[in-house]
Amino acid sequence: MMEWLNIILQGVLVGGLYAMFAAGLSLIFGVMRLVNIAHGDLIVLAAYVALVVTTGLGINPLVSLLVVVPLMALIGYALQRGILNQTLGPDLLPPLLVTFGLSVIIQNGLLELFTADSRKLQAGAIEVSSINLGGGLAIGTLPLIQFIVAIAVIAALQLIFYRTALGRAFRATSDEPAVAQLVGLDNRHVFALAMALSLAVVAIAGVFLAVRANFDPAIGPARLIFGFEAVIMGGLGSMWGTLAGGIILGVAQAIGAQIDPGWQLLAGHIAFLIVLAIRPEGLFPKVQG
Amino acid sequence: MAPRELLKVSNLDAHYGDFQALFGVSLSVAAGQVVAVIGANGAGKSTLLRSIAGLMPARPDAIVFDGAPIGDTPAYRVVARGVAVVPEGRRLFPSLSVEENLLVGGQLGRPGPWTLQRVYDLFPVLAERRNQPAPSLSGGQQQMVAIGRALMSNPKLLLCDEISLGLAPIVVRDIYARLPAIVAEGLSLVIVEQDIVQALHAASHVYCLQEGRVALSGAAGSLTRQAISAAYFGM
Repeated sequence: MMEWLNIILQGVLVGGLYAMFAAGLSLIFGVMRLVNIAHGDLIVLAAYVALVVTTGLGINPLVSLLVVVPLMALIGYALQRGILNQTLGPDLLPPLLVTFGLSVIIQNGLLELFTADSRKLQAGAIEVSSINLGGGLAIGTLPLIQFIVAIAVIAALQLIFYRTALGRAFRATSDEPAVAQLVGLDNRHVFALAMALSLAVVAIAGVFLAVRANFDPAIGPARLIFGFEAVIMGGLGSMWGTLAGGIILGVAQAIGAQIDPGWQLLAGHIAFLIVLAIRPEGLFPKVQG
Repeated sequence: MAPRELLKVSNLDAHYGDFQALFGVSLSVAAGQVVAVIGANGAGKSTLLRSIAGLMPARPDAIVFDGAPIGDTPAYRVVARGVAVVPEGRRLFPSLSVEENLLVGGQLGRPGPWTLQRVYDLFPVLAERRNQPAPSLSGGQQQMVAIGRALMSNPKLLLCDEISLGLAPIVVRDIYARLPAIVAEGLSLVIVEQDIVQALHAASHVYCLQEGRVALSGAAGSLTRQAISAAYFGM
């Protein structure tokens, strides 16, 4: 019994990471109806940026966030202004194709620069420390930090979206792009700010991913799938729903892995299909006013 | 001395692809003046407003506002210069509350008389509904939000596109009754309307568009019904 409780607990903590994968994806889709196929690869790119920063400056990966987050946000702004804005329009296909191409470019670029070797960020003693909850239950310090950060990220996004002028601009531009221009909002700038925010979240997710496990240039697409599944399960447009979706995915994978290590990914996908079959609109769909 | 000219549209053409919607339209609005643009469906009224607002490309000097050519200025910069639009069909931001719709209208922070409080003074019913989602309001109230949203940018020129569209006559009268209070703050008004009676009543000068051309123009009092219906229907 305790063993299962432990597994579920670990699954919940991993779910926080999946929620961070998903949050940036959900944000971009919500603001500009852009499905970013390169999202997973951008997470991996952030991990490599963190690798360069940590080895170059000799700092802890968690400290490197101070550099990686603004850097990725800057990349996000430039990417949107330089490329993605040109693909937006009534047709959903061009942004899909362009971000797919971007995904291929990032993967191959990283392969050229860093080879296909697995890498990992070293966070030191914190990686193996844990907090004993008694009764045989223990949670790792790092997964706990990761989960708390995930909740903070979701709460911050929620706050930005519904309580700030920037969030108002995001929602207004998403609602009525043409009218948003009539109140003085430059859509291209607003979209670029949304992408910058998305990649700031991607940077956090990438660093935690890289501390938690090995990474190589090819693992992006699988992270994209996890992100998609968490977004869809949670319900499009709901940030807290995204967290719930991530947790369901994390727990399902943990339970699957316990039954048979080969079932880890399958169990996650099955949980996704079950949710989709029962509630196609997701668990917490955005309530339309 | 004649009042200062605020907006001058000269010889403006507009196209949607191969279709030409405006042919050499010229129009002038003085500071503090109320001008009505009337005409049948498809006469080019909305296209004219879209061009002035910067949503349609035009020759730079075809539209001169406050002394500066703005024909090729994008919409979000035209607002910053002091042109606000109440779009046809209201087009509120549905996921924003009433107050958020107003705040987003004022997000450029142009200085001037209009604040959230002043808009609520003009339309008290909006203050009661400030936290409701915009789509939950009645059509007339939504039109008030649309006007308030435009005023929040403290424009020198307010362009109103079909504010009577889809509203009950009593509501239309109510909204038109507030216009003098708005003009009294020193801005100019261009009203695009199909409701000729309201337009002639509110405006001092009238332009009648027909198939993309100015068919008739003159002081509101000087135009006879016959002349207007001739220009309106092309008979």
